[in-house]
Order: sequence, then structure tokens, then C-alpha cells
Amino acid sequence: MTFNYMSFVVQVAALLVVLAALHKPFGIYLARVFEGTTSSRPERLFYRLAGIDAGTEQTWSVYLRSVLAFSAVSILAVFALQRLQGILPGSGSLPGVDPWVAMNTAISFVTNTNWQAYVPETTVGIFVQMCLLAVQNFLSAAVGIVVAVALIRGIARTGTQRLGNFWVDLARTSFRILLPIAFVAAVVLVLGGVVQNFWATGVTNQAAGISQSIPGGPVASQEAIKVLGTNGGGYFNANSAHPFENPNALISLFEVFLLLLIPSALPYAFGRMVGDQKQGYTVAAVMGTLWLASVSLMGWAVASGQGTATAAAGGLGEGFEQRFGPVPGAIFAASTTLTSTGAVNTAHDSLPPLAGGVAMVNMMLGEVAPGGTGSGLYGLLILSIISVFIAGLMVGRTPEYLGKKIGPTEMKLAALYILVTPVLVLALAGITVLLPGILANAPATGPHHFSEVLYAFTSGANNNGSAFGGITTSGPLLSVMMGLAMLLGRFLPIALVLALAGSLARQGQIPVSAGTVPTHGPLFCGLLLGVTVILTALSYFPALALGPLAEGLLT
Amino acid sequence: MNTLTGYLRQAGTALRFLALASLVLGLAYPLAVFGVGQVVAPFQANGSIIRDASGAPAASALIAQASADGNGARDPRWFHARPSAVMWDPAASSASNLGPNEPKLLEAVIANRSAVAAAEGTAASDVPADAVTASGSGLDPDISPEYARLQVARVAAAHGLDTETVASLVDRHTSSGLLAFLGQPSVNVTTLNLAVAEAAHASQPAQSE
Repeated sequence: MTFNYMSFVVQVAALLVVLAALHKPFGIYLARVFEGTTSSRPERLFYRLAGIDAGTEQTWSVYLRSVLAFSAVSILAVFALQRLQGILPGSGSLPGVDPWVAMNTAISFVTNTNWQAYVPETTVGIFVQMCLLAVQNFLSAAVGIVVAVALIRGIARTGTQRLGNFWVDLARTSFRILLPIAFVAAVVLVLGGVVQNFWATGVTNQAAGISQSIPGGPVASQEAIKVLGTNGGGYFNANSAHPFENPNALISLFEVFLLLLIPSALPYAFGRMVGDQKQGYTVAAVMGTLWLASVSLMGWAVASGQGTATAAAGGLGEGFEQRFGPVPGAIFAASTTLTSTGAVNTAHDSLPPLAGGVAMVNMMLGEVAPGGTGSGLYGLLILSIISVFIAGLMVGRTPEYLGKKIGPTEMKLAALYILVTPVLVLALAGITVLLPGILANAPATGPHHFSEVLYAFTSGANNNGSAFGGITTSGPLLSVMMGLAMLLGRFLPIALVLALAGSLARQGQIPVSAGTVPTHGPLFCGLLLGVTVILTALSYFPALALGPLAEGLLT
Repeated sequence: MNTLTGYLRQAGTALRFLALASLVLGLAYPLAVFGVGQVVAPFQANGSIIRDASGAPAASALIAQASADGNGARDPRWFHARPSAVMWDPAASSASNLGPNEPKLLEAVIANRSAVAAAEGTAASDVPADAVTASGSGLDPDISPEYARLQVARVAAAHGLDTETVASLVDRHTSSGLLAFLGQPSVNVTTLNLAVAEAAHASQPAQSE
């Protein structure tokens, strides 16, 4: 398979043009939803039945408690109902899910990671997929968005304890943003060939004497929110490489568009809500620059076709689908790892070593380019605060961000945020490699073996969910370690973000003075880019050197 | 209000929220997509099932249809799909997930290359990459036009058809235009083999049944 540069450039440009055209109108719509004060009649009914007082706003600690209560209840419900699969309708003859796998899967879908320690075809039936996992695809994406919204309110508001109502934000995000777009997207997917039924179909090729049972299922409805909500958990084991999830190259491009859609429009909503559109453009410019650089790097690394087996095959092919090939493979691989999605249309394990390395670096950036739904924006806002702090040190001024003082409290919260995922990734990957016996039966050899472990924990702690699929994590020990990575990698940063939002909301507005470092424009973009890349490079370079870099440079 | 009752109240709200949202997002939404799909695009929504001359469901146009005997030998009468990590079983789907420098993958590629070269009676160097590498899904219905051309003579001979006839069928089942530009030109082996069977059937002298 050859790398068609023309096709690559056209598709990358098409994505940029369409997303750039949509980000303003869609961003305005997002801001209106978040700032809305009225509820529709069905929403009022929903609030009444759920016992929600839509008129009250919460402090940051109550908001956080609601996030945690909702996520804990979701994890327990998804776990328990998976265990009961054997007696629930719509599950065929599948038994209850293994407890370790059920725990890992419950955490995985509630944390918007969608790491799949299970093989869907032989583990979960229609009920678990449609009524548990796909529902969490909506709600976990919405949780990420509402946390970002709370942070924006913290920046925009002054002298208040109130950050909004979690339940109202969650309902509006689910029903006014995610649901209508997912519905339209699902219909487009069906038109393109994605399955949406509830039965398998027996087929027989009489001339060749082959009989097959063609699987069915509510695939399109799950696929749409899987990419729109930057979730990534496939209905089938092969994920978006499966012809029924991703039937052709145009649908593949549409899926990439969907996974970039919300994260790329949130910066505009941010700018609008803080009343300074330049701030939104700055964030969007940094996200776009990182995305473009990473996609280009991925294209180059894939096109290199490095690898002894690849050379023996006469080119790329292993792990690629013929209808896609390396161009959609590279664009999808870069975008899925930059958005915390984790869906794949190509087996990442078989990518050239440096391409696998780019996928890892994308996640190590902290999922901020443009990142997961909501989590990308709050991640980049934290990095912006670190950047103004560094700029403040350079010019000897108290750092400020959008009229708010970045004092010791704010800096501690931001610094802790930055530390969470690298500590989780490196500690857990280190423990896994050092403990004897955990990976005794892993098939990979040499640096690639370490890459598989590093990739797994990078993916888990950053809530991405893609994998170097050669590694098996269904055993108790790795299930628990991956569960911890996903859980702490999701909720520690959220707790820090909400605490920061609370701290910023309490402050008054500092007027802009001659000493204020502007947080927009090319200079600040460059600073923010530098901080993002350097923090990642410093944290992960030694680990990368032992995995993808060793494999890519030595062979 | 103390913290414990605060937590319990939050958990109660959470449970009710989850249950209600599940009705909308986990039932109403997929059923609505199902309903629309069955009306506007029933063929696609039900798995792109194609039927043979007798009207019986014969294959899904999107899923590889292939088999191999216990020794891994393929039926020489038909166009061969790409190697599969799940032996083309639609009840499963997977890539090999072997790294590009993995010795095991290197062995598999070399073995596949000599097997394909032997099956097609061609030089090993003529075998394209897609013929010797496992696909991402294990169910890839497509092969490259180069690999299809390599198989034309064998398939034509097996069915007593002209090579031109079979080559024109290959052309007809090759993707072109936008899809080929965004991805790459691909020959759908599943639909191609059904077309070959039909052509072979039509070319046979009429027999009393």
C-alpha cells in the first residue's frame, strides 16, 4: 500500500476548512446552551421526576460531589447489570460478565476512556451495549463538557461561590447538544452502510459452499456517539476497522470530523462566555497548530513504512484495511489519540514504530489538541495558567489570567493537575514491567514489549482507550491497575479543575494594566505551545526512549 | 444538613437521573435510529445483504467471505481475500496486533508470500503487500487491484471462463472516484466471487435439471 500525499493533504485541508467554518456558529450554540436560563417542557418533567431543583446553583464542592456521586452510581450500575447479563433480556445466550472485566469496563466507560479489556462479540450482548455502554458514551462525554463549563464560569464570574447546577448542565448537554447531533450522525452512518438492527442474518454462498452468520446490532446509534463524545469503545472488537462500523473511506473521514467537532468548537464558546473572543481564538489556534503538526508527523511516520516485517511484505498492510490504507489510517490514528477518543480504523500495534510513538505522544500531551469533549478545553486552560505563571516570573509580575490573580492556591491546583497523569502512567507502567510474571505470556518482544505496556497506561490514565492490542489486560491484577489509572486519571484532574473554578469565581476582577501579560496573540500562543510540548517531553522522554524511539531508531 | 445525608441525596438524584436518561439515550434514541434506518436505508441498516439468483441471502457485501481447510489451503476456484487473524469468522473480528518488527509477523509474511506465489504460479516478488498481511478487522472484503489481477488466470481457468471476462468483472468490482481517492482503489472479493459464480453458471450449456 502506498501513501498518497495528495489524498492526505486534501483530507487534512477539508477537515480544517469544515471545522473552521463550523466552530463559530456551533460555538455560539454551545454557549447559548450553557448560559440558558429557561427549560423546555420535557426538561421540566425530567427535572421533576429526577428530583432536581433547576433553579439553584451549586458551590464548587457541591458541584464536585454531584460529579462524583453521579459517576459512582454509574459505575456501580454498569458493573452490577453486566454481572446480571445472563438473566437480562436482549443478551442472547451470553452469561454474566467476568467480575474483573465488568469492573474494568464500568470504570472505563464512565471515565470516557473506553478501554476494552473484553472482546465485545463474545462478552456483551445488545442490552449491555445499548442500554449501559452507549448511555455512558453520552453521559461521560457530557460530564467532561460540564466540568469545562464550570471552569469557564469560574473565570467569567466574580465574587461568587456559585458555579451552576451540575444536574441541569448535564441534562442540557446530553439532550440539547449530544443527542440531536448523534441522531443525525447515526442516520448518515446508516446511509453509508453502518448496521442498525437487532438480529443476525444467515447467508449462504452456494457456489463456494460457505455459510456465515452476519452479525447485527444497534451499531450506528452507538458508533455516532462513540466518535461524537470522544469515547471510542467499539461495538465490535476491531472497532472502526470493522466494515460494519466504518464501511468506506468517506465514512471514515466523517467519523474523524465527528470526533473533532465538539472539542474544536468549545474554545469559541469559551471566548464568548468570558466576553473576550480573542481568548477563544488563542486556545483554538494552539489546538489547531498541535493537531496539524501531529497529523503531519503521523503521516510522515506512517509513510516511512519502517519495520522488518513491513519491508518483507513489500510495504504497509498489516493491520490496515484495504478500503482505507495508510492515509485514512494516519489521519484517524492521529485524531483519535489527540481527542481522547481511542477508536481505531487501523491496528495501532502494527503501525511503524515512530507512528506508534506519535500516537503515544499525542496522548501524553494530556489530550488537549483538541482533546476530549470538555477535558481538552479544561486541560489547555490549566496549561494557559501555567504559561501566564511562567511569563509572570520572566517579567516579575504577579500572574493574572483573564482578570483573575493566579496566586499560590491556583498555582498549586494547576501544578497538581499537570502531575497526575505522568505519575500514574510512569508508576503503573514501571510496576507492571518490574513485577515478575504479569506479562510473562505477552507475545511481543524487545522494545515493542515495553511500548505495549507504556501505551496501555498512557491510554488509560489519559482516558483515551486505544491500545496496542497485543497486550491482554483481562486478568485481575492488570484490570485493577488499569481501573486505577482510568479512575484517578479522570477524577483527580476534575476535582482540581473544580477547586480552581471555585477559587477563581470568589475573586474580584483585576483591571488590565500595563503590567498585564496579554493572554492572546501569537506571542502567548507560542508560549502556550512551548509549555505544553516541553512539559510532555520532560515527563515522558526517558520512557519514550525505551519504547518507540528505541525500536524506531535501532531497526 | 450533614455530609452523609448530603451524599445520600446526591446518590438518589444520580440514580434517578441515570435511569431516566437511560430510557431516552439507551432505548428511545437507538430505536428511533432503527426506525429511520429501516425506512430510508433498509439494505444498509440490515448489513448490506446481497442475494443470489434464487433470491436467497448469499453474503454481506461488506464482509469477507472466505474459508481455508485445516492446512490453511484455500479453494483455488475463487478470488482470495486477504489473510485474517480470525479466519474470516464474522462472529469475531481482530487484527494480528503484531508489531512491525515482530519475528512472528516476519515469519507469517514470508510464509504467506511463498504460499500466494505458489497458488498463482508467479514470482514471489510480484505478490503485493495486501496479499501477505492480515487486515485490521480480519473481515476485510477488499484486496488491491494488483492482487486481483494476479488471481484472474487461476479463477478463469477453474470456471472455464475467458480471462478477459473475468478481468472485466474485476474492473466492475473495483472502487473508483472519491472513495478510491480518499482511501485506495479496492476490489470487493465478496461481490466479485458471486459475480464469477453467476458468469460461470450462465456460460455453462443448458442442462436438464
